[in-house]
Amino acid sequence: MNTTAARPIELEIGHATVRFAGVVALDDVSMRVSRASIHAVIGPNGAGKSTLFNLISGVYTPAAGSVRVRGRELVGLRPDEICRLGVARAFQNIALYPHSTVEENVLLGRHHLTRAGIVAGGLRLPGARREERRHRARVGEIAEFLGIAHRLRHAAGNLSHGDQKRVEIARALSVEPSLLLLDEPAAGMNAHETHEIGELIADIRHALDIPVLLVEHDMGLVMGIADRVTVLDFGRVIADGTSAEVQRDPEVIRAYLGAEDDTDDHMTVPAGGH
Amino acid sequence: MEKLLQLIVTGTALGGVYALLALGFVVVFRATEVVNFAHGGLLMVGTYFTARFRTVNEYPFVVALLLGIAIAVAVALVVERLFVRPVQSRSIVAAAIMTIGVDVVLQTDITRRLGIDILAVGDPWQSATVDVAGITLPQTRVAALVASVLVLGAFFAWFKRSDWGIAMRATAEDHHTAELMGVRLGRVSALVWIIAAVLAVVGGVFLSAFPAPGVSPTTSAVALRAFPAAILGGLDSTGGALAGGVLIGLAETLTQGYQEDLAFLGDGFSAVMPYVVMVAVLLVRPTGLFGTKEATRV
Repeated sequence: MNTTAARPIELEIGHATVRFAGVVALDDVSMRVSRASIHAVIGPNGAGKSTLFNLISGVYTPAAGSVRVRGRELVGLRPDEICRLGVARAFQNIALYPHSTVEENVLLGRHHLTRAGIVAGGLRLPGARREERRHRARVGEIAEFLGIAHRLRHAAGNLSHGDQKRVEIARALSVEPSLLLLDEPAAGMNAHETHEIGELIADIRHALDIPVLLVEHDMGLVMGIADRVTVLDFGRVIADGTSAEVQRDPEVIRAYLGAEDDTDDHMTVPAGGH
Repeated sequence: MEKLLQLIVTGTALGGVYALLALGFVVVFRATEVVNFAHGGLLMVGTYFTARFRTVNEYPFVVALLLGIAIAVAVALVVERLFVRPVQSRSIVAAAIMTIGVDVVLQTDITRRLGIDILAVGDPWQSATVDVAGITLPQTRVAALVASVLVLGAFFAWFKRSDWGIAMRATAEDHHTAELMGVRLGRVSALVWIIAAVLAVVGGVFLSAFPAPGVSPTTSAVALRAFPAAILGGLDSTGGALAGGVLIGLAETLTQGYQEDLAFLGDGFSAVMPYVVMVAVLLVRPTGLFGTKEATRV
């Protein structure tokens, strides 16, 4: 697993600090995500994992520090501009449009790729229609890949929780991302579904050859698929390494056992043992 | 019976015009959360210039209408960029209050330009009537009905099918997610203001055509009935704008038509009727007929 160290860096966060009215949510956080790696961010509740995602996607502006994707500085850009650069995100709380169909939800991810203007699209000129067909075909492929092709015409709100999570991922993939952010993709799933999501994430990495940055509570999933794990606690990076290294780290054990009564997070699961 | 039929047809036609106005109001609210009180001002600007180019400069009606729309769109974009958008990120309420100020300025300027004149819009239908199945209808009402069906149909098809329609609906429902998915909120905001301006001018021209004498300061009072139409349908529902518009149009026309039977209410009650209907509906359904109650996220 150490081979990832030699790969070029896709995402680099340098000494980033995010503050909210006196609370330091991220404190001098630095991390690197290498090309085509599955990189997990773990930590107790309130450790700053979601803040980290919001920092990368431009929802929060850091008080200090930088966020670079392939050398390009993201700090100061709006969320839509960052999305346009190929940073796509699937949300922890399902953020689909429940009354729209699955297809329309996924098509939204392709909005920024649509060249036809408002007028050409509105008048349904031949070029715009060709383009629309192309985008719908691509949405079909992505849905196929995620196993939700038979749900394309259904209202997203009527799908099961597991399928809605897949639509979330499909929408992020329809952006044609060069970096995929997954915020707790296995939240609320049973062991079997979690296992399937793990395989899906590995498939995505193989098929698209892009890095996946993953926030996840399910330790079995994280230790099973992550090439590299960064551990946050109280907004600071307390460990960073392969899953095996991180599991042995005394700081990590202390943070988990000392800070949480919740014993759902088993730190004893061996690497690849899922 | 014939009278009832005639009133229903003219009421529906008037309702279609109100629906155009209400829809412009609703799309701005849905996409930006700003209650746009300057909607009547935009209507006055566009309608005034359409009438002026037609009656004073004697341009062909279509040319005058397109110029009027262009001016209203330009004003809408200036208002949106310069006055509303800089404020709305900090306070939605302040942005709505800002539109009241803008409306006062626009209305005052148009009133000043009009003076005591009533400017005819010079539409091609004038006061001609048409007989259909034994009922007599003003051609302007038939044209209004056809135009509003066409415009509303085109809008809903575009809203449902096109890429920008999807982006607009996404922004309306959850603009944070939309922005994270790459939707440029600034463009969506500009787009809905343009749509509102176009719809306002088309509606305004029909409101000023026969049986109305032309554009006068009272036109904006008539246009104000688009507000109960929008609120009645549900401020966040595009389909509701349509239903609300038709309902208000029918309520007004029927009250006017049966005025002698409703003499105990006093003269000119038809102008009050839209608001009575609105209040009655809101007492039963506070979010309007088709409005959704916003679920609070905990």
